[in-house]
Amino acid sequence: MNILFKNARLIDPEAGTEDLGWLLVKDGKIAARGTGDTTQNAERIIDCAEACLAPGLVDIGVKIGEPGERHKESFRSAGVAAAAGGVTTIVTRADTTPPIDTPETLEFVRRRAQDASPVRILPMAALTKGREGREMTELGFLLDAGAVAFGDGDLVLRDSKVLSRCMVYARSLGALIVGHPQDPILSEGAAVTSGKFASLKGLPAVSPMAERMGLERDLALVEMTGVAYHADQISTAKSLPALRRAKEAGLNLTAGISIHHLTLNEFDVGDYRTFFKVKPPLRAEEDRVAMIEALREGLIDIICSMHTPQDEESKRLPYEAAASGAVGLETLLPAALRLHHGAGLTLPDLFRALSLNPARRFKVPGGSLAEGAVADLILFDPNRPFILDRFALHSKSKNTPFDGARLQGIVLASFVNGQCIYERNAS
Amino acid sequence: MSFRQNHLLGIETLAPDEILTILDLADRYAELERGDNKHGNALKGLTQINMFFEASTRTQASFELAGKRLGADVMNMAMAASSLKKGETLIDTALTLNAMHPDLLVVRHPHSGAVNLLAEKVNCAVLNAGDGKHEHPTQALLDALTIRRAKGRLHRLNIAICGDIAHSRVARSNILLLGKMENRIRLIAPPTLMPAGVREWGVEMYDDMQGGLAGCDVVMMLRLQKERMDGAFIPSEREYYHRFGLDAEKLSAAKDDAIVMHPGPMNRGVEIDGTIADDINRSVIQEQVEMGVAVRMAAMDLLAQNLRARRAEKGALA
Repeated sequence: MNILFKNARLIDPEAGTEDLGWLLVKDGKIAARGTGDTTQNAERIIDCAEACLAPGLVDIGVKIGEPGERHKESFRSAGVAAAAGGVTTIVTRADTTPPIDTPETLEFVRRRAQDASPVRILPMAALTKGREGREMTELGFLLDAGAVAFGDGDLVLRDSKVLSRCMVYARSLGALIVGHPQDPILSEGAAVTSGKFASLKGLPAVSPMAERMGLERDLALVEMTGVAYHADQISTAKSLPALRRAKEAGLNLTAGISIHHLTLNEFDVGDYRTFFKVKPPLRAEEDRVAMIEALREGLIDIICSMHTPQDEESKRLPYEAAASGAVGLETLLPAALRLHHGAGLTLPDLFRALSLNPARRFKVPGGSLAEGAVADLILFDPNRPFILDRFALHSKSKNTPFDGARLQGIVLASFVNGQCIYERNAS
Repeated sequence: MSFRQNHLLGIETLAPDEILTILDLADRYAELERGDNKHGNALKGLTQINMFFEASTRTQASFELAGKRLGADVMNMAMAASSLKKGETLIDTALTLNAMHPDLLVVRHPHSGAVNLLAEKVNCAVLNAGDGKHEHPTQALLDALTIRRAKGRLHRLNIAICGDIAHSRVARSNILLLGKMENRIRLIAPPTLMPAGVREWGVEMYDDMQGGLAGCDVVMMLRLQKERMDGAFIPSEREYYHRFGLDAEKLSAAKDDAIVMHPGPMNRGVEIDGTIADDINRSVIQEQVEMGVAVRMAAMDLLAQNLRARRAEKGALA
């Protein structure tokens, strides 16, 4: 079906524009667009009433409980949540049970995802067998089977020799490695970032320096091997000089951050609220502000939700013992819009980090409003306020730190391949 | 009287007037304890359950005695040995307890914040008897009472807290309490046992005893908690004793009438010299134990009053 969007604010992250205009979708692709009014016609015409039309979000590093923990999140529930949250492409993590470390598991995941989910789901594969950090996975086979990148999730590959070999091998295949920079020994057992808050609450803590140490090691190996590397979950100001140096030296490097580290800080944990326990832990306010600046200047390339579903049981525990992670598919956009409303980031800037950059870096479709691009689109009202009720989320798990938070920005409709996969009730 | 709390989870949430209310009442209970009839009836008819998820002899005995002297039915549950090992979660434990209708729940737990979590789920007054590295409020209150009785006041004193501050909930509660009462606090510890970010707490930091103890009114020693340590925080016990153990020579830097305190149990010859600990002119360690019972009687009495008031209000509404 052809769709014509009229009277829409077209958020174009490539051009950096947000003009009022129209956009025509034909055969699942963007066929034409322009500013102002149009005489074009289509089977379905949507008057957007000056709502924003943007490329759908491309969320990298999403944890889905299949295989192993389907009671926390399935492909179906994640797909529905993503569609409602304006995420049109999900790149999944390999830290399932068992991990996605063979072409066979990867194929199972791809098939299940295709059957069950309305949004695109593309898998990452583990970098080492069993995510144990000892032997590399079949990178070539996995790539052929459709792995978009390789990484062991939040497990740090301790053995630098193993990592360097993985990198050399991945380089020859042109594969992307996603790292979680962290010194594994300094950060062992830590639940919060060290400092006044951690000491007052008596919680085991890690210095932000552990992140920089992990990053420096990884960057040295990237320089040595020339591999394409994405430093995921950069969260402290201490890491930024190293990142800047490496980018200026021309390494094949991008960096990412979770939305939680851009919108929350360590004090949000408050009275041991475990929904705020994430990995890496929430940082100081100075770090949060520094990360927004890094995003603004392009030092940080990608924002993701770091969607990590956890059931009530694994969160209703003393802080140290509780599981890490927060769901984020449905809060990624409204939380990111806090940076627009509160920190002055333009919408095209935001969508560069939410859609364009991840699509390009992971070589997946989407992220663009250019003619000929796939019609993965979202229509949203960036201003409409609401109070988040966690039980209204579509995810099976409801562990969001934004429960009860005042947010702005509502997704009105989502499209994948030009097909409408979500439409908000007019209510 | 001014005491508005439903639970005693930490010093952090207490206002100075509430602290003084507890201490004033504890003073009266200390007199009661020294008499022939040690019985009060403030907790008559109430049930007190002591749940210790971490082994304790002294604190548990002190809470038990305090409850019994005020007429409560006291039950001890040694949780370290039972349900934790059976995999029961803290929340389930709380639900089980609710069914027993306790009025006062005294909890010690190895995880910081665990007592707060439990307090959200039970229908009675909860007293924190130590949670992880977080707080140990009754210890800080008994220390405050001991200081006030020895020094005649609880403000504008120079107070040194020495030893394993990083792992100590006693230190945290004391820093909070003594800070609220406007004292000058110095922390003395090897840098590996000093918590991060402590500079922002409004305290002075020292890594030598001579400098830290100079002109002090109160010297508070902490136990070197060997069982809490992940690895080697200090080179050896004997080097620690040489540099940070309290002996007559180091104590001479403090004021002539400075008192010496220790929350117990002591490691003689590690953090404190035996003769100092036993010196009745300087050491108030025995009095700390005595005040412990009095303070716990006072805290439970006040919490029970508020509990009864809440229940009466609820009854009146229903």
